[in-house]
Amino acid sequence: MQLDLLVEKFQKKDATAFETLYGMYAENICGVINTIVKNEGRSQEICQDVFVKIWNNASSYNSAKGRFFTWILNIARNAAIDEIRSRSYKNEKKNLSADYFVSVLESKEDDSTTTTDTKGLKKLVQSLKKKCVQIIELLYFRGYTQKEAAEELAIPIGTVKTRNRSCISKLRENMEVE
Amino acid sequence: MNVQEYIASGILELYVAGVLTEKENLEIDAYAKEYPEIKAEIINIENAILELTRRSNTVNPYSFDTLKTKLGNLESDTKVIPMKKGSDWTPYLGWAASILLAIGLFWVYNQNENLKSDIEIVEQQNQALEQQIADSDASLEKTQDLLNTLRDKNISVISLGGQEVSPTSYAKAYWNRQEEKVFIDAQGLPEPPDGFVYQVWSLKLSPLTPTSMGLLEDFATDDNKVFALNNPNDSEAFGITLEPAGGSESPTLEQLYTLGVVSAS
Repeated sequence: MQLDLLVEKFQKKDATAFETLYGMYAENICGVINTIVKNEGRSQEICQDVFVKIWNNASSYNSAKGRFFTWILNIARNAAIDEIRSRSYKNEKKNLSADYFVSVLESKEDDSTTTTDTKGLKKLVQSLKKKCVQIIELLYFRGYTQKEAAEELAIPIGTVKTRNRSCISKLRENMEVE
Repeated sequence: MNVQEYIASGILELYVAGVLTEKENLEIDAYAKEYPEIKAEIINIENAILELTRRSNTVNPYSFDTLKTKLGNLESDTKVIPMKKGSDWTPYLGWAASILLAIGLFWVYNQNENLKSDIEIVEQQNQALEQQIADSDASLEKTQDLLNTLRDKNISVISLGGQEVSPTSYAKAYWNRQEEKVFIDAQGLPEPPDGFVYQVWSLKLSPLTPTSMGLLEDFATDDNKVFALNNPNDSEAFGITLEPAGGSESPTLEQLYTLGVVSAS
């Protein structure tokens, strides 16, 4: 089914459409949340809360203001940041731990019983430079603005856009190679 | 505008990341609708991010059923509407109930009144029946008395046969000589015409001497047609004549209805 149509049905409180969308995005959203929260149990809870929230606020989504996934992504990132703040992390998001979404690869390298390239992540990111991993982490997983990312990475603001573009392009190349 | 340059600027990647201003978002949405290449590029970028986020995920989402339960059985609107309807008429339910209760109470009150008047009627009927029973008892007592009187061993029974004026008439005289009383059973006499009355005579036969014993007053209204008269005479026969109201000094023999002779004993 067309995404637009699916989203439209979802906004009319069609439970079946919601289930389809949940199947499409739940893993992604849970993953993004865990990148920030770093607690799988809590991330599961928050992830569910996010989908509860989007169901209850379905009518507030406006396709003219962004992609549906992006809308959920923003809600998820905010929920995750709220979580770590409520855990009395006094830190601003700039001071969050420097772990990257790829840390899952490193953490599982010691574990001989599981393959390190679970879900093909390694294939996807192995050729990415560290600066690509960093910028993707900041922009997609943490919701940094261009300005915030520029400050975090100590690069000119104009560079954020172009560097990110080339990093995503590399990612897409890796996908096509598969 | 140069679509390729726009794409190459990297703004679409930021659009998917959701880090642009609302104004920029609206602008890109407009371009995406105008230029299919831009739309396609956005979708490709999104797919790359979806792939990346999916593969880097280590958290198992809860099942959709769990989510559903948390949402309290989210069904589509069809389930919500009836509930709204339900809440719409709920306030009226109270009114409807109280009206029904009022009607019910009125009905019960009415039933009660009806039953009360029914009871009254039955009580009246009961009284009437009791009266009837009392009357019957009294009547029975009288009859019993009469029967006992007639059965008295001192009673002589004299049959009075019909005479020329009325051959089918008959009567009986029950004479208690000791008590000097005669009971005349006039059942076999016709009802006297208006202005006339039966008169009973005690007769001596030789010579023929009639003595009036009295009148059978109120003949028509007397139920058992048994009349008690005094008879101190030493009668040899009894006769009954029809006389003008008030009776006569001597019998009108032409109007002699019945006559009977006392048998010698």
